[in-house]
Amino acid sequence: MNGNDSSRQAPEVEASVDYAAAPAGSPIVIDLQDVVKVYDLGGSQVQALKGVTFKVRAGEFVAIMGHSGSGKSTMLNLIGCLDRPTSGRYLLDNIDVSRMSRGALADIRNRKIGFIFQNFNLLQRTSVWENVELPMLYAEIDKHERAARVRHALEVVKIPHKAKMHPNQLSGGEQQRVAIARSLVNKPAIILADEPTGNLDSSTSGEIMEFLQTLNREQRITLVMVTHETDIAAYAERVTVFKDGLILREYRNESS
Amino acid sequence: MSFRHVWIIFKMSLRALARNKVRSFLTMLGIIIGVGAVIAMVSLGQGAQRQVQEEIASMGTNILYVRAGSMRSYGVHTGSGSLNTLTPDDIEAILRECPSVQLATPNASSMAQVVYGNQNWSTRVEGFNEKFPEIRNWPVDKGEFFTETHVKTAARVVVLGKTVADKLFPSGDAIGQMIRIRNLPFRVLGVLSRKGENSWGRDQDDTAIVPYSTIMKKLLGGINYIQQAMISARSPRATYTAEVQVKSLLRQRHRLGSFQEDDFSVRNMGDIAETYEATNRTMTILLGSIAAVSLIVGGIGIMNIMLVAVSERTREIGVRMAIGARPGHVRIQFLTESIVLCILGGLLGISLGVIASYAIANFLMWPTLISSWSIMVSVIFSISIGLFFGYYPAHKAASLDPINALRYE
Ligand SMILES: Nc1ncnc2c1ncn2[C@@H]1O[C@H](COP(=O)(O)OP(=O)(O)OP(=O)(O)O)[C@@H](O)[C@H]1O
Ligand SMILES: [Mg+2]
Repeated sequence: MNGNDSSRQAPEVEASVDYAAAPAGSPIVIDLQDVVKVYDLGGSQVQALKGVTFKVRAGEFVAIMGHSGSGKSTMLNLIGCLDRPTSGRYLLDNIDVSRMSRGALADIRNRKIGFIFQNFNLLQRTSVWENVELPMLYAEIDKHERAARVRHALEVVKIPHKAKMHPNQLSGGEQQRVAIARSLVNKPAIILADEPTGNLDSSTSGEIMEFLQTLNREQRITLVMVTHETDIAAYAERVTVFKDGLILREYRNESS
Repeated sequence: MSFRHVWIIFKMSLRALARNKVRSFLTMLGIIIGVGAVIAMVSLGQGAQRQVQEEIASMGTNILYVRAGSMRSYGVHTGSGSLNTLTPDDIEAILRECPSVQLATPNASSMAQVVYGNQNWSTRVEGFNEKFPEIRNWPVDKGEFFTETHVKTAARVVVLGKTVADKLFPSGDAIGQMIRIRNLPFRVLGVLSRKGENSWGRDQDDTAIVPYSTIMKKLLGGINYIQQAMISARSPRATYTAEVQVKSLLRQRHRLGSFQEDDFSVRNMGDIAETYEATNRTMTILLGSIAAVSLIVGGIGIMNIMLVAVSERTREIGVRMAIGARPGHVRIQFLTESIVLCILGGLLGISLGVIASYAIANFLMWPTLISSWSIMVSVIFSISIGLFFGYYPAHKAASLDPINALRYE
């Protein structure tokens, strides 16, 4: 897969990547080195990532952009330890996780990573409170601590009064707040968001982005977000653009 | 995984089941019916077995039956034409010469019409000697039993079983009345106490007892042999010795050479009990296995529903995995769900089985006996079924790839 593959001829693109754009002095938490991801569909193979090197420093807010099918979600899933690279290395907090077992990856997701999805992915017929509590059940956190953290997380996302409701009784924006609360309760170092505003109208999108930005700035949570809307990407400090499974270019947003 | 964690997952499973109450109940139905059937069927078999045991104990374990004719297997006469080998003299000799024998009575019987006034009834008329109440442990209720003199003189006297007495004398007192048996007048001396049905359903009170000499001379056309004799040993422990003594005496009296088969057969209550118990055991096993098959069908139903649940909840599984559920957590959760279904179904099934066996005892009047081991076995069986049939769906859930699970529509 590596090396002399003719489809990987974009050296000038990779050279333009500016890792130094990250906050000076912060350690690198996400370190993907020459990562390839191939999906095997019973005979035909899809090369979703063709050798990507990508680093994120602690406390950064990075947006990933690109056309549909360019490999953004694949990338985010690898970062989130939901999947393992076909080849290449992935160091998370300086630990190589690219060959870890499914169980070990689950523990890493549980303790270090919070996920936010486009379609919220809340458990249906399960109350808001229970949804937010869920990651802590797998972390074996005791009851009183769980209750305190759920209460706090719901206050942070400003929906403490919806605790008893079920997801289908909430608006899209409220559901995404619940998802954010759920991603926060295990105090993750990294939050990964795949098109978090994709199902929301523009004003609700703005509110959700304000939240995420505040989390990043005040709690120094590293944030990697996939989006294909430029104005959403504008909330990030750095933007990485994908094309056909490779990084096309990277740039910093001056305003942030 | 700590105990507290297992508890948390257990509660998650309960919650998942509670979300789909009707479906959970329908899923359990197979187990409920299966366990209920096992318990009811086994209780039926056990009840019948105990009844036979009790009955045999009440008849006395020291009783021997001697029958004319050889018998290769129980109930099948073989030596044809040799049914006239046993005589009242043989019985006299047994009483005289077998030290372990305490009491003995010849026995001959015939079906006959008994008539009093315009009441008439067909019953088994049985001949014994005066020792009958003692040997059978069956006292008279009213009046008295016939005496040795009655037997010696072949007197036309009769002691009625309760059923016959009730049929012939629905309102009045039977004692001292003259009834007709096969058109011969007999004087009623007494009425036996109630004995009830025996375990194979025959009404033991449907009988009329007369001296055996009377039945031989007056009802069976003057024959001088008897069909059978009932003998009691001095104690239950002496039964075997008595049997040996009776056999050798009869062989001697019948002048059988050492290579000739017995022309009579001796059976003790233990043999009889064993025959019935073996039949009963076969029935219990048969009914039990039919019920067990339904239990397995119930288990397959659970597997089916759990597989449906896994594919229905694929997305939920993906979400759980994304936020940190290990494959083991998912496996345990689904396994717990099917085990909980089975245990709950098992408990409801036990209640159903217990209710059913009470209903059988009260409405069908069949004896039932619920044994604690059948309940224990059902519980263990249900848990095993939950584990066995729940494992595959749980394993399937645990092996899901989180990304594919999250993308599942
Ligand atoms: N689980 C999978 N199995 C097979 N192929 C997949 C899988 N996931 C992604 N792919 C393929 O990999 C390529 C990249 O997909 P990916 O989901 O990363 O794109 P994306 O950039 O997120 O697109 P979009 O903006 O539409 O979400 C696509 O060609 C897609 O068909
Ligand atoms: Mg995508």
